[in-house]
Amino acid sequence: MNMLTEAGVEQQLADQGNTPAIKMRGKGVTVHYGDKQALFGVDLDVPEKQVTALIGPSGCGKSTFLRCLNRMNDTIPICRVGGDITLDGEDIYDPKIDVVELRARVGMVFQKPNPFPKSIYENIAYGPRIHGLTKNKAELDAVVESSLRKAALWDEVKDRLQEPGTGLSGGQQQRLCIARAIAVSPEVILMDEPCSALDPIATAKVEELIDELRQNYTIVIVTHSMQQAARVSQRTAMFHLGYLVEEGATDKMFTNPDDKRTQDYITGRFG
Amino acid sequence: MVSYLVLLLLVLGVAAYFVGRSRAVASVGGEVSRLHSLPGQHGLFLAMIAAGPALLAVLIWRIATPGIEDSIVQSRFAAELAEFGVPQLQAFLRDARAIAFGGIVSFPDETKEAAAVVFRSLHQTSIWLITAVALILAAGGSFFGYSRIAPAYRARHVVERVVKWFLILCSMIAILTTIGIVLSLIFESILFFSEIPIFNFLFGLHWSPQSAFTGAGGDAGDVNTEIFGAVPLLAGTLLITFIAMLIAAPVGLMAAIYLSDYATQRVRAVAKPVLEILAGIPTVVYGFFAALTVAPFFRGVGESIGLDVASESALAAGVVMGIMIIPFVSSLSDDVINAVPQSLRDGSAGLGATRSETIRRVVLPAALPGIVSALLLAVSRAVGETMIVVMAAGLAANLTFNPLEAVTTVTVQIVTLLVGDQEFDSAKTRAAFALGLLLFVITLALNVIALRVVQKYREQYD
Repeated sequence: MNMLTEAGVEQQLADQGNTPAIKMRGKGVTVHYGDKQALFGVDLDVPEKQVTALIGPSGCGKSTFLRCLNRMNDTIPICRVGGDITLDGEDIYDPKIDVVELRARVGMVFQKPNPFPKSIYENIAYGPRIHGLTKNKAELDAVVESSLRKAALWDEVKDRLQEPGTGLSGGQQQRLCIARAIAVSPEVILMDEPCSALDPIATAKVEELIDELRQNYTIVIVTHSMQQAARVSQRTAMFHLGYLVEEGATDKMFTNPDDKRTQDYITGRFG
Repeated sequence: MVSYLVLLLLVLGVAAYFVGRSRAVASVGGEVSRLHSLPGQHGLFLAMIAAGPALLAVLIWRIATPGIEDSIVQSRFAAELAEFGVPQLQAFLRDARAIAFGGIVSFPDETKEAAAVVFRSLHQTSIWLITAVALILAAGGSFFGYSRIAPAYRARHVVERVVKWFLILCSMIAILTTIGIVLSLIFESILFFSEIPIFNFLFGLHWSPQSAFTGAGGDAGDVNTEIFGAVPLLAGTLLITFIAMLIAAPVGLMAAIYLSDYATQRVRAVAKPVLEILAGIPTVVYGFFAALTVAPFFRGVGESIGLDVASESALAAGVVMGIMIIPFVSSLSDDVINAVPQSLRDGSAGLGATRSETIRRVVLPAALPGIVSALLLAVSRAVGETMIVVMAAGLAANLTFNPLEAVTTVTVQIVTLLVGDQEFDSAKTRAAFALGLLLFVITLALNVIALRVVQKYREQYD
């Protein structure tokens, strides 16, 4: 990364405030599971280097939309995706797109921490290895260290990198999974309720981490916690029954939403 | 006579069930909710207490009387039997019983006729006795149980306790049978090892107990201890098992991977049962498949490239056995691979790994302990397999590691030692028990290792 001049920093801040670049764009996205339609024509833009929160009651389609963004739905045989989703203007459902490469650019962190039954080191080194990102052991070591540092886990595990990742606490495991995703240098990180299996302290750490990661990565997070959406995101999209109800700047969504359903949901009247 | 008694007791039990039920209902005037236990439990209680002790008495009588009768007869004819050894004594009792109750008598004589009369009268007495005892127990139990039925009576607890003991009894049967088999193996083996030094058996290189004239049969004093070397059999077993696993392990594992991670639901629904049909084919069918098709084929191929292949070869038996145990490997491994959480596969796919990378680097390492135990179970199955080897690998105990020659295995030799009329008192037949013990120890060790591996696997995640 080149040194940012003061003017550059200002420019970037201005970008974030006004019209940030669009990293991913969904247009008329529909999803069917067999005969059942789960998403009805969702239009949603994901701005670059911001955190976009997807909220809504259970079964509203927010996780389904998230999984469309790196084609994780491909692993479900009965799932059909319609509409257009683009990453930097490229259609990700184009047959020419290599889904493996797409997922290296759009990483994912899951609801339940799912470290591989390998050592902490091997968990992080997994992605760089399969993509051949490093030339030698020293480079790999460096990637592992920097990924763990970015995930704020390095100080806790630096002395036990060869111990199994499954032996960490739940919160540490989830940060390990985030570190694992960072290690392949993705552009976008998708998080599917990353804190739902964690206690409040671990949740606070992960939220803090998300806030820091925003400087380098575009993040889309599905959450059931209104407070979490308010704390970590810049933009919020509200889903209900497979439709996008409304989306906008988080401040506005939580203080003065346009749609009554959004207001009811965030004030806890349904959901 | 006794069978009528048992039938009567069973009918009594069924009747007692309905009587107990209706008495329990009547005792609360039809308001079942006032009963401590359900009417059915009162019924069961009455049935158990009415028929149970009597049936138990009949069972004990059935097991115990022959021994008691024998000892009474022996003591009455002590003078005549004084000079008899154990085999003659048994023959005497067998013949006397045959005269008394019908059967084939080998050498009738007067003493036996006299003993038969005693047997018959003893038997009559014991039948009257058991009938009286059973009826008294049944009557007593019925009245006692009938008088106990009351709204507050805790019939449920009694029934539950009886059920528990019944279940314990059932599990004891399996355990005791196993213990009995192991003990008989051990005792016969000890007899065998008193004739043949254990060192000669375990490390001897020559196996030909069938050659009776060189000393295996006949008088125990003449036994040639050099012809009971088990090493050629172990070598043959290992060779064939190795060939079988060479086929079954990779093919079974690949099939399991395909079924669990690549096949669509529809293919899986068809392919898995079809693969498991392989396990349902009787091994004797594999045996003639091996002997009539595979062995001549290998022989033909061998000849065409200038190799001398025996018409019965370890290779043919091993290959067919390998095909036979493919479903073991694939079915067990498939279960293990399926047990690897989907979240691990998703995690790997989410990092941009291809399906084969995910399987190679995440799924298989996670499932490895389970796969190892599946393979070990398949090995113990291969070690114990007999029929295919009898038919396709021959009976010659060659000490060789050349898969193209005829070899034999532990199980095959047990079969050939015990086929036909045998007396179970020569070193030759006892050798079968020693081999059985050896085989048991090997498969037990394999199973223990497999269980240990599985336990370790369980600790790994969750």
